[in-house]
Amino acid sequence: MTSGEPNVTSASDGKTAEGNGALDGEVLLDVQDLKKYFPVHGGVLGRSVAQVRAVDGVSFRLRRGETLGLVGESGCGKSTTGRTILRLIEPTGGRVLFEGQDLEGFDRAQFIAFRRSAQIVFQDPYGSLNPRMTVGSMLAEILKVHGLAETRVDRLARVRELLEMVGLHAEHAGRYPHEFSGGQRQRIGIARALAVEPKFIVLDEPVSALDVSVQAQVINLLRDLQNELGLTYLFIAHDLAVVEYMSDRVAVMYLGKIVEMAAAQELYRNPLHPYTSALLSAAPRRDPKTAPNRQRIRLSGDVPSPIRPPAGCPFYARCPHPGKDEECQRALPVLEEKEPGHLAACCKHSMAVGGA
Amino acid sequence: MPLLEVTDLRTYFTTDAGVARAVDGVSLQVGVGETLGIVGESGCGKTVTALSVLRLIPSPPGEIMAGSSIRFNDEELLEVEPARLREIRGNEISMIFQEPMTSLNPVFTVGYQIQEVLRLHRGLSKREARAAGVALLAEVGIPEPDQRFDAYPHQMSGGMLQRVMIAIALSCEPRLLIADEPTTALDVTIQAQILDLLVEMQRKHGMALLLITHDLGVIAEVCDRVVVMYGGQIVETGTTEEILTRPQHPYTQGLLASLPGIGDRDVRLNPIPGTVPSAVDWPDGCRFRDRCSFAWERCAESAPDLLPVDGRSSRSARCWLLDPDEAAGRGAHVTPGEPT
Repeated sequence: MTSGEPNVTSASDGKTAEGNGALDGEVLLDVQDLKKYFPVHGGVLGRSVAQVRAVDGVSFRLRRGETLGLVGESGCGKSTTGRTILRLIEPTGGRVLFEGQDLEGFDRAQFIAFRRSAQIVFQDPYGSLNPRMTVGSMLAEILKVHGLAETRVDRLARVRELLEMVGLHAEHAGRYPHEFSGGQRQRIGIARALAVEPKFIVLDEPVSALDVSVQAQVINLLRDLQNELGLTYLFIAHDLAVVEYMSDRVAVMYLGKIVEMAAAQELYRNPLHPYTSALLSAAPRRDPKTAPNRQRIRLSGDVPSPIRPPAGCPFYARCPHPGKDEECQRALPVLEEKEPGHLAACCKHSMAVGGA
Repeated sequence: MPLLEVTDLRTYFTTDAGVARAVDGVSLQVGVGETLGIVGESGCGKTVTALSVLRLIPSPPGEIMAGSSIRFNDEELLEVEPARLREIRGNEISMIFQEPMTSLNPVFTVGYQIQEVLRLHRGLSKREARAAGVALLAEVGIPEPDQRFDAYPHQMSGGMLQRVMIAIALSCEPRLLIADEPTTALDVTIQAQILDLLVEMQRKHGMALLLITHDLGVIAEVCDRVVVMYGGQIVETGTTEEILTRPQHPYTQGLLASLPGIGDRDVRLNPIPGTVPSAVDWPDGCRFRDRCSFAWERCAESAPDLLPVDGRSSRSARCWLLDPDEAAGRGAHVTPGEPT
């Protein structure tokens, strides 16, 4: 597994570059050095004066049936990563291979087939549903466009099946999105993604807008559907506990880059990057006994601008590591395997764990 | 004597669908220097409770119903004159909101907005107000406060703006700060900074804090006591530790069971079924009964009052299971502490 990892930095030292909890299984999605820069317009002529490096060299692989969690604070590029993989946004650079095939070379027919295989569920279910279509006609249209049900009767049967699959009732087909609660709308968003029988779904903050009691219902639904249908998920969220609960592996993003990636439990128990440690430390804990006593790491300041990311380590300005020095500011730390299956991009890691 | 004493607060709204009983008989107390958390999901009435305390409910459509009482420092806020109310707001009770961006005026510098409060409430001159304002910005941890004083809101990040809001709220040394979801719009590392700041400021100034949130984690970090709201009513009260480790009301239990904890990967979540009912149409009897796995006929007949837990008035829950006679009538040997 050492070949074919195009992330220049990690390929150069021959590391496997896989923070992995489930090493076996076929690679469904292979993201290689993905980049998305957005131009910043300014001046009288509205010319592009700078670039926002929203996604700046992200690489990972997803195996069939696996869930990779993508966490980070707002603006770290996690949603842009998900959308660029699906080509909802054109990438600036890098490659995405789906079932071993490069999306770049796809013709129209192949692309439509890819759309069937790879779907997305958005954070705001109301904003992503057409308010003027009943849920039934919306789902039926998808089936029609993709030629998934020949006759009207077939389509109706499939719509009913889809609604029941996500815990709604057949009679909901005649209703409009505004007639549903937030949790029900998210179920509809999931049904819409499932309508084309995808293999891979990007879940972009699917439960962030929901109340906790409803959030748990949707989380259970997503886990059940994955088990039943063998789905592969890219689960994007900012809630660390929810991400751990959903994911086999977790990647932490900061300023457009993955700074740490490992099996979920490994990452939470043994964070190697100071940013991951700080994120975990900042997450409020419900256990009142441990809350006041545990060691807190408090980051000062805000995330730097992705327009002019700092030279060297992007986390340097906020890094609480006691050993940080000029070396951190000189070179961009590479994402490399620090421990078996555990990647981190920190040049001070060996000190952080007392010698490795 | 508590600093704030809310008794039987009812705040109703007239809507096209009928009268929404958003807050329906809430009683709570906040002591001097104490932190009370109000926790609940959207639509439970927690924000309306807070807005009612400062009489910030738009009327119409809203109305604080007769029979409600809000006593602050032994003064009935529902009866004071508008001039006195303006003195109390800001001077004695301050409030910060979820969205610092929309709470500040975008066309004035943050410094101007801090100065305005200081000049209006403390009668400072322009020059004095600037010096005091810069000192406040420094106190809430804004770097280069002298320069940032002249910045406009859009030039600052969400976390910095929330610091500015806290500086404005603290400028008149209020005895009570009401914080309505102060960190919900912020990232987790910034949230931690703001919560630390709130606790630090509270200790330093000896003010009481009424913190409203949907996040039990935030409650655990900051609060001494908690009230849990559901359906416009308080359903459980207790210390933070009691609520989080020994919840008595099935709703509180459900809320805790809905949250995955870090390290709980293999445990299936046990969500509360269904959704929150509408405020124009609360169920008869116990408002939680449609979603409650313990509910029996008694729950449909009438709702219980807040019943004491362990015989203490500071610890209570609104559930028939806490009445031994009623619970015996249910016939099953189930206590709310042991979900089936």
